Amino acid sequence: MAKLRVEDLKKIKESMKGTVTLRDGSYRVKITVHMGTCGIAAGARKIMNTFLEKLQQSGATDVILTSSGCAGLCNREPMITVEARESAPVKYINLDSEKAKKIFDEHIMKGTPVPEYALAMGSETTY
Amino acid sequence: MEDLSLHILDIAENATAAGARLVEITIDQDTARDRLEVVIRDNGRGMDREMLEKAGDPFFTTRTTRRVGLGLSLLQQATREAGGEFFIRSKPGQGTEVRATFQVSHIDRKPLGDMGSTLVSLILGNPDVDFVYTFNFDGEQTTLDTRMIKAELDDTTTISDPTILNLIKNICEGDRDKGFATDGGEKNG
Repeated sequence: MAKLRVEDLKKIKESMKGTVTLRDGSYRVKITVHMGTCGIAAGARKIMNTFLEKLQQSGATDVILTSSGCAGLCNREPMITVEARESAPVKYINLDSEKAKKIFDEHIMKGTPVPEYALAMGSETTY
Repeated sequence: MEDLSLHILDIAENATAAGARLVEITIDQDTARDRLEVVIRDNGRGMDREMLEKAGDPFFTTRTTRRVGLGLSLLQQATREAGGEFFIRSKPGQGTEVRATFQVSHIDRKPLGDMGSTLVSLILGNPDVDFVYTFNFDGEQTTLDTRMIKAELDDTTTISDPTILNLIKNICEGDRDKGFATDGGEKNG
């Protein structure tokens, strides 16, 4: 394993100067990947990786990516909840990387939910 | 669970759910003794004797969203299948330690898998919890400590930033090449 060098962190800090990140508190969209035992076994980590990749590519700073536990629908995993401000939260089920990419492009970036992958629209929020 | 890194993700998620502020993940491989040990230690709320006895029971869980808890029992099964042992120690207020051992050469031992993705997922889900990851391969030891990383970051950058997380992931990539045969087999690949 290569060691994380302090120089690497300094370099990142330099390159980030001037960019304002809003990751603490205020955000436009929150993506929650359900990561209970069921979610993990069904491939939730891959979904997390896909969103992280898309997030970096897009450069969006107003999107929060996080995880939570089992939501009680283990046979529909991998599952995510997308909460956009001012609109109803959407739970997406039976995901794979391709579906996750489409959800990111359509729902997260353009604000248009993808009903064909959704379980239901409108349920609990965490804010 | 297809590899050990997914088991580790699952157990470490339990630790954060138990209110841990620090989770230490240690992987130790001693090829000469044909032994691989994984330890996940947290400083969460811990368990009393009664709960500890039930912890390995797949039909026991503290969660309310479903009625079975499979995480620990799945890891226990993985150790049994690979000539290893499983231990869990815990005390109320003093955290929990899960220790799983494996026979390195055992044909049914799961590959280590992608520890980088496991750490990144843990950090994303729990940015306020600290993680110490130690990988010891036949005496060659390296450590990743999120407290050290956070200390280097200023107010405008958080550890959840994709750039930082990718750096962490890349650092751990090397682990996959070390004696752990991995087919990269994760679902939805």
